[in-house]
Amino acid sequence: MKLTTLAATLAAAMLCASQAQAQTEIQWWHSMTGANNTGVNELAAKFNASQSEYKVVPVFKGSYPESMTAAIAAFRAGNPPHILQVFEVGTATMMGAKGAIVPVAKVMADAKEKFDPKEYLPTVTGYYSDSKGNMLSYPFNSSTVVFYVNKDAFKKAGLDGEKAPRTWKEFVAAAEKLKAAGQECVYTTGWPAWMHIENFSSWHNVPIGTKQNGMGGIDTEFRINSPLHVRHVAMLGDMAKKGLFSYSGRRNEGEARFASGECPMMTSSTGAQGTITRTAKFAWSVNFIPYHDDVKGAPQNSIIGGASLWVMSKKPAADYKGVAKFFSFLSSPEIQMFWHTSTGYVPITKAAYELTKKSGFYEKHPGYELAVRQLTNKEPTENSKGLRFGNYVQGREVIEEEMEAVFAGKKDAKAAMNDAVRRGNDILRKFEAANK
Amino acid sequence: MEKRVVFRSAWLPYALVAPQIAITIVFFFWPAVQAGWYSFQLQDAFGERTQFVGLANFAALLTDENYLYSFKVTALFSALVAGAGLGISLLLATMANRVIRGALAYRTLLIWPYAVASAVAGVLWLFLFAPSIGIITFALRSLGIQWDWVLQGDQALLLVVIAATWKQISYNFLFFLAGLQSIPKSLIEAAAIDGAGPMRRFWTIVFPLLSPTAFFLLVVNIVYAFFDTFGVIDATTQGGPAGATQILVYKVYYDGVKAADLGGSSAQSVILMVIVIALTVVQFRYVERRVQY
Repeated sequence: MKLTTLAATLAAAMLCASQAQAQTEIQWWHSMTGANNTGVNELAAKFNASQSEYKVVPVFKGSYPESMTAAIAAFRAGNPPHILQVFEVGTATMMGAKGAIVPVAKVMADAKEKFDPKEYLPTVTGYYSDSKGNMLSYPFNSSTVVFYVNKDAFKKAGLDGEKAPRTWKEFVAAAEKLKAAGQECVYTTGWPAWMHIENFSSWHNVPIGTKQNGMGGIDTEFRINSPLHVRHVAMLGDMAKKGLFSYSGRRNEGEARFASGECPMMTSSTGAQGTITRTAKFAWSVNFIPYHDDVKGAPQNSIIGGASLWVMSKKPAADYKGVAKFFSFLSSPEIQMFWHTSTGYVPITKAAYELTKKSGFYEKHPGYELAVRQLTNKEPTENSKGLRFGNYVQGREVIEEEMEAVFAGKKDAKAAMNDAVRRGNDILRKFEAANK
Repeated sequence: MEKRVVFRSAWLPYALVAPQIAITIVFFFWPAVQAGWYSFQLQDAFGERTQFVGLANFAALLTDENYLYSFKVTALFSALVAGAGLGISLLLATMANRVIRGALAYRTLLIWPYAVASAVAGVLWLFLFAPSIGIITFALRSLGIQWDWVLQGDQALLLVVIAATWKQISYNFLFFLAGLQSIPKSLIEAAAIDGAGPMRRFWTIVFPLLSPTAFFLLVVNIVYAFFDTFGVIDATTQGGPAGATQILVYKVYYDGVKAADLGGSSAQSVILMVIVIALTVVQFRYVERRVQY
């Protein structure tokens, strides 16, 4: 009796094992934590349940730079993952590695999966396509920078909580009132370079660099020492001196200071909404980032941040069919809506946006829609399509170092931005030499 | 009668040291040679294209004012960490050496921080000094001191110096205490009978006798400040603000691992290697002469 049970169990186990072997595993290395990590695992589980041929295995590999380093090491050792999530500043590095990646457009075409780049939001796809419009990586989690306002603090300072400042002029006036009302911290920001250089430039339709912000070629040069850039950084430096702007750091450190009520105004990623919803004990709103109203054509549109999925080479040819199927699955409106509403990242297809709109989700969560509206405010131009600079991990660091010097009152804005351009160009030239 | 072990076999002694040599070759010499080789190359991140560029990486570094600034930061940082670490631990050891009741408890507590990992020590101080939520920040603010190391470079440097020193004090303390305990009591008593005060006794008798320990600790502390403080810096300031706490070893890591610039990073580690070798030679040639064993 016992023996038969054992035999049956064994047989069942063997059956399962052989089934598992028949499935092709698709390795997916990512850097998502917290609620986003749960989302990634759910996406994989949903895909695995939807078919039996392929099994997507998500693996958390640490922060963005860490997982990229891990993939580089794995590639050099000859065993990269199928799919790698790379943050936006790593885009040029991945593009340069022509032998290490397979363009997404090619993966989809080879597998004969239906794929039309026009279905995607242009600000999102533009960022990850080559100059001919071929999509190189799959835009997975895209966010943008928005302006958060603590409505209660506004009311307390005698301001209209429903009317967030639209221009920088109004912004400074509001900041002064908040300060006068006794706010020790008035305004802070997450991701300073992303907000005050990259998005600032696209929002005012001015170039960050030559060659369409580097998208037209790697012989690009920074242009962030223009009078408008200098004026804006000088304004921030001035606000820092007057105590109207409190610097929090280069990443999202400022988000906690807004959520705790310490700083009533903040610019940071749309991705902060989840945390703020959970912790903030006050009424708050999400708004368009401010602009300088004397600049013609402003506001243009903001650009994305976040990460995209790159397909790595050196894998068995048959595996790529599974990768293509997975991307098709990710693009479906229902899945996009799930990802968008559970994480705050923007939907990447127009259909997903419409579907979410129809579901009534935006009536309860206007902040989620605002990001899409800001990204698609106007048809993107050469200056607002995105950016692609080689070794931009280092480049952004240089820009942030120079901005910090201004905020600390150690350098004037003009000298700092000139230095940022000079040092940034050195990095670009080095990248150009290594990727000839 | 002489006690000496003689190996009769010709190969046994080599076999016995072989594991040690193998480890040294695999983990020290091989990477060092590789770093040397990479430092003459320009590579893209994935290693698909490699060019031999001669000394271009070194030339680029030596004309990069930020790299040169990193030297200044490292020199200041190491001097502060080694100076403060040695000074404070010597003071503590002298005090602990005099304590009679509960000596063991004091000593144990003083040695404790050594067991804390650098990254953990960094996080600990990070929270205490956090610009918006730190307890010490709060206290400083009530005293009218604006504490904001996220932007103020000198405060950031002070923070990492405190965290790095705190971690090293225990180690120094142990050695100083052992050194103090090996000084014969009779010498000090004789001096006391001759009418020398406590300060005089310390500087003319105790300190010279401690000098071998102090010298050894100086070398160890400088090496510690150069390399082992990486964890503290990575957990707190990450080299910022504006490079104020970017010591050489942190820049090697940043450029090589995060920015995927292998050539530049290797050139930096070669330079770092040369510096440490030079420092050690200088210490043994010049400083050691003044040490009385």
